[in-house]
Amino acid sequence: MQHLIDIMDMTVEEVDQLILKAEDIIANPAAYAEKCRGKKLATLFFEPSTRTRLSFEAAMYELGGHVLGFADANSSSATKGETVADTIRVVGCYADIIAMRHPKEGAPLVATQVANVPIINAGDGGHNHPTQTLTDLLTIHREKGTYEGLTIGFCGDLKFGRTVHSLLQAMCRYPNTKFVLIAPDELKIPGYLRDKLDKLNIPYTETPDLESAMPELDVLYMTRVQQERFFNEADYVRLKDTYILTPEKLSKAKSDMIILHPLPRVNEIPRAIDDDPRACYFKQVLNGKYARMALIMKLLGIS
Amino acid sequence: MIVTPITDGIVIDHITCGKAMELYKILNLDELDCTIAILRNVQSQKLGRKDIIKIDRVLDLNYDVISCIDPGITVNIIKDGKLLKRKHLELPERIEGIFKCKNPRCITSVEHELPQVFKLTDRETRVYSCEYCETPVKKK
Repeated sequence: MQHLIDIMDMTVEEVDQLILKAEDIIANPAAYAEKCRGKKLATLFFEPSTRTRLSFEAAMYELGGHVLGFADANSSSATKGETVADTIRVVGCYADIIAMRHPKEGAPLVATQVANVPIINAGDGGHNHPTQTLTDLLTIHREKGTYEGLTIGFCGDLKFGRTVHSLLQAMCRYPNTKFVLIAPDELKIPGYLRDKLDKLNIPYTETPDLESAMPELDVLYMTRVQQERFFNEADYVRLKDTYILTPEKLSKAKSDMIILHPLPRVNEIPRAIDDDPRACYFKQVLNGKYARMALIMKLLGIS
Repeated sequence: MIVTPITDGIVIDHITCGKAMELYKILNLDELDCTIAILRNVQSQKLGRKDIIKIDRVLDLNYDVISCIDPGITVNIIKDGKLLKRKHLELPERIEGIFKCKNPRCITSVEHELPQVFKLTDRETRVYSCEYCETPVKKK
């Protein structure tokens, strides 16, 4: 049985096939409307996340399947002290596939150790968020037409931003990728990722300055400085306004650069940017549904 | 100082200077009722100085633990006063129950009955990472 816990669990070929499947769903949605008829997806959200949960649910409905689950830990047995393993064993009796989000890192891996149905990690703490990465990859593929030779700038919270960690690792596998890591000292990428880049000989630069990095970027991946990742509110308040993408900064960018953001945004991308043709973050949301449709089918063994 | 040879037992040799007591504790050697000699700061051609532990009994040791603590160690099994076997240890790919994940966001921080499992993620720099959250533990 196949699960998706970490984007690196999938080979490049598997990712590429899945992206092509998502492209085909976008081109021929009617052909997929009954693919999951009679199947049930359980969305277990031990930590609230409206958009990811709705994206999974919309994906399953568009495949003709059904959805059950809970939207926060307070409405689950976790409040009674039930372990992740027990919850998964129970839900596995009702559903054909499970998408779970959990505030604790590694919880989805624990789920796979006892599950009798495929598990999809819909985000575990600051660790992994592979379906967001599939969303990002599909958007890059649709907007840039290739994964090769791209210079990708990650901006904002690169320390706790799990979407950054997952996309960075996924893009390391394509030829001639370059990274520009734009963050203050407090929010730089974790050491293990820097070690990985060094080991793979992937070129990257680290800078605190978004504006000077802008001209060389093909993709700008903006992130929110997330309050829930900080133990200390003073640190959050000090850093939350550090990186804001203003029209002035954007004027230095290439005309075909694309701006991605996993959303929700706070103030790091002003509304004034939304109408710029380079703004792709709402296209990303739609792509997320298609990427998840392709993934659900793959894990259920439906072609 | 003279420590007499052992007839049947184990000599843990080439221990990095100062690590003998750590090994003694983690291998629970204090629970044995046989004679144990802990030699510290012994002169060594290979290491300059080293520690040695001699155990006057043949017993099963957790080699994963030993190699994690100090991978340069050699373990000599002595039988009838002769060297029966010499083991050069290698870092194990996977270890359980030796380290504890220190990441407060790790699932093991709330589900205490989960085994503490670590995987070797970089043999060269001896880095183990938590199987669940991938937080590394670097051995000194």
